[in-house]
Amino acid sequence: MPEVLKAPLAVEFPFTRSLSPVQSAFLTGLRERVILGVRTRDGRTLVPPVEYDPVTAEEIGELVHVGVTGTVTTWAWNHAPRRGQPLDTPFAWVLVKLDHADTALLHALDAPGPDAVRTGMRVRVRWAEERTGAITDIACFEPYDGRDSEVTVNAGEFEDPVHGIVAQARLDYTYSPGRAQTAYINALAERRAVGERCPSCRKVYVPPRGACPTCGVATAEQVEVGPSGTVTTFCIVNIKAKNLDIEVPYVYAHIALDGADLALHGRIGGIPYDQVRMGLRVEPVWTEGGGYPDHYRPTGEPDAEYDTYKELL
Amino acid sequence: MSKEPVAVVGIGQTKHVAARRDVSIAGLVREAAVRALEDAELAWADIDAVVIGKAPDFFEGVMMPELYLADALGAVGKPMLRVHTAGSVGGSTALVAANLVAARVHATVLTLAFEKQSESNAMWGLSLPIPFQQPLLAGAGGFFAPHVRAYMRRTGAPDTVGSLVAYKDRRNALKNPYAHLHEHDITLEKVQASPMLWDPIRYSETCPSSDGACAMVLTDRAGAARAPRPPAWMLGGAMRSEPTLFAGKDAVSPQAGKDCAADVYRQAGIADPRRDIDAVEMYVPFSWYEPMWLENLGFADEGEGWKLTEAGVTELDGDLPVNMSGGVLSTNPIGASGMIRFAEAALQARGQAGEHQVDGARKVLGHAYGGGSQFFSMWLVGSEPPDG
Repeated sequence: MPEVLKAPLAVEFPFTRSLSPVQSAFLTGLRERVILGVRTRDGRTLVPPVEYDPVTAEEIGELVHVGVTGTVTTWAWNHAPRRGQPLDTPFAWVLVKLDHADTALLHALDAPGPDAVRTGMRVRVRWAEERTGAITDIACFEPYDGRDSEVTVNAGEFEDPVHGIVAQARLDYTYSPGRAQTAYINALAERRAVGERCPSCRKVYVPPRGACPTCGVATAEQVEVGPSGTVTTFCIVNIKAKNLDIEVPYVYAHIALDGADLALHGRIGGIPYDQVRMGLRVEPVWTEGGGYPDHYRPTGEPDAEYDTYKELL
Repeated sequence: MSKEPVAVVGIGQTKHVAARRDVSIAGLVREAAVRALEDAELAWADIDAVVIGKAPDFFEGVMMPELYLADALGAVGKPMLRVHTAGSVGGSTALVAANLVAARVHATVLTLAFEKQSESNAMWGLSLPIPFQQPLLAGAGGFFAPHVRAYMRRTGAPDTVGSLVAYKDRRNALKNPYAHLHEHDITLEKVQASPMLWDPIRYSETCPSSDGACAMVLTDRAGAARAPRPPAWMLGGAMRSEPTLFAGKDAVSPQAGKDCAADVYRQAGIADPRRDIDAVEMYVPFSWYEPMWLENLGFADEGEGWKLTEAGVTELDGDLPVNMSGGVLSTNPIGASGMIRFAEAALQARGQAGEHQVDGARKVLGHAYGGGSQFFSMWLVGSEPPDG
C-alpha cells in the first residue's frame, strides 16, 4: 500500500481580547510594575483578579496591590521550552502565591535546574524591559532571599489604561488526509479522478472518504470517473478572499463527474462567467505540477438535461 | 411517568452590535444571564444547572470557554454543560437544558449561548488552509449560494424573492431594540441595488457579524407557578443531524430538517403547521432560506414556499409572520443565533415581544440549523401548558 500523505498544518490567528475594568487595571498595572489583586466578599485577595466572585457570583472590582515577591506553591520542570514560552532555556513552571495574595499565579521561574527549585522557595518578579500591558510584562520569576514586599493598600488609577490585547494563537498539526484521499490525490497527480464505490449502496464517492457516510461501511473498490462532468449548480464569486489568488468574478461550481454519485467543487473557466449555466458540460484543465485541475472548461457538448443531474445538486 | 412540562420564565439578550469592546467574553454572557434572571425575578442561588453553547472554539480562540465562565454564570458548585452543534447550537443548547427539566433532573436551569465575533474572524475560522486541498472559497456565503440557485431552478421562483425577505427582516429589526442592524433608511430598491457578492446572493441578503449573547431560564411546573410573568410552555422539541455531504443529500430541503419538524409537530399535536402555528422564528442567514425552510418545515408544499413570501404572508402583519425580530439577517452572533430564535418564539408566546409582538400568537416555532445544513434543532412553544 502506498504511503499515506502527511503535511504540516499551522492554524494561526491574532485574536483580540476586550478587557473588563478589572482585567484592564491588572494589565495596565503590570506595565507600571505593580501587581493588583481583587478582594472577594469573604475577604480573600485573588491574583490574577477575576470579574465575578467565585463563591457568590457577584460582580467584584475592589482592587488592591499585592507583593512582587512570593512563595512557590508547586512547580514542574520544563526540559524543552517551545516557541512562544516565557524563556528559551529550560525553566520551571511555577504557581506563585504573591505576598498579600490568597491565590497563586502561574508563571515561569528562571532557575539553573530542577535541583534549584522547591515548593516553598521564595521568588520575585523579573520585569520585562519593554512593557505593553500584558502578562508578558512579567518576564519571569527568579529566586529571591530578600525581604517581603511592602505594598500600599489601595490601588491607584492609571493614565492611558489598556482596554484590549492581541493574543497571537498558533496550533501546529501534522495533517494526514488518510488512506482513501491519499490514493485520490496520487491519482490526480496522474491526471485521473479515482473514487471509491460503497459495497452496500453502490454509490461512487469522489473524493473518497474511505467509508460511506450513509451506510457506515468501509469502501475499497476504486472506480475511475470523469474526466468530463456536468455543472449541477454554481455561484459567481465577486469578493476576493484573502490568501486566495483567483481574480474575481469567477464561477464556483458543483461538478458531477461522469460516473460519480456526488458533485465535487471546482472553478469554471474558458467561458465568460455570466454564460455559465446549470447543466453545462465541462472537462478538467490541468497545469504543470498542479496536483489538481486548475479549473474546468466547457467541452462543447450540448447541455445535460435537468433530469439527468437533479439528484446530484 | 410522563415528562415534566417545561416553562420559559426568563429571557435576556444583549443589544447585539458589531463589536462590544467594553466587555470581556465573560461580561457579555453575564449581561444576558442577569437580564434573564431579572425577567424571572430569580437569583443565582435559584439556578440548579447551567447549559451553555457557542460555535467552534476557533471563532474566539478560547478552548473550552465554559471552564472560565463558571464564575460569571454563578455555576460554581453546580453542573455546567457545554453544547456544540455549529450554527444550530443555540437551539440545541436550549433543548439540552429543557430536557434536564423535562426529565426532572433539575428544576430550574439557566441556558445561554453567545458569540463575540469581533474577537476573531468567522470567515477565517471556517476556511483553514488544509494541505493537499485546492483553495477555492472563503466563508459561508459561497457555500450556500449554489444551493440557493438550485432552489430557484427547482421552483421557478422569481429572482426578487430574496430581496423581499431581506427588506422585511430589516424593517422588522427596526421594531426590536436588541437587533444589531437598524437600517432606518432601508428600501426595497436599496436591497436590490446592493452589490452581488456570491451571485445569486446580494450583500443586503446576508447576515451581519455580531457580538451578542442570549439567555433563558427554564423551569418546571412549580417554578412556572411562581413566575412573575406569563411563561411560554414547550410543546415539542427535537434535534436531527445528517452528514454534510453524501450521495442523495437534498441540500435545498434536507431530510433531517423534515424529520426534525415532523417530530416536533407529533409531540405538540400539530396536524397542519400552516393552520396551527401562529408565527415562526427561523434561521435565515441568507434571505432565500426563508422560502426554502417554509417548504422544509411543512408550511408550504414543495416549490410553493416563495409564493408565501411574495404574497406578504410572512410579513409582521401577515397570516404567518416569519422572523418578527428581524432574524439572523439583522443579528448574527453565530453561537447565539439559534437561541435567539428560540427565545424570540418564547417572547411571542408570552406576549412580551413589544413592538414586534404578533397579536394573538399562541403557538410559535423556533428553528435553527447549522454546519452544511446538517444539524437541526427546533422547538414549539405556546402560551398554554401542554395537555396532560
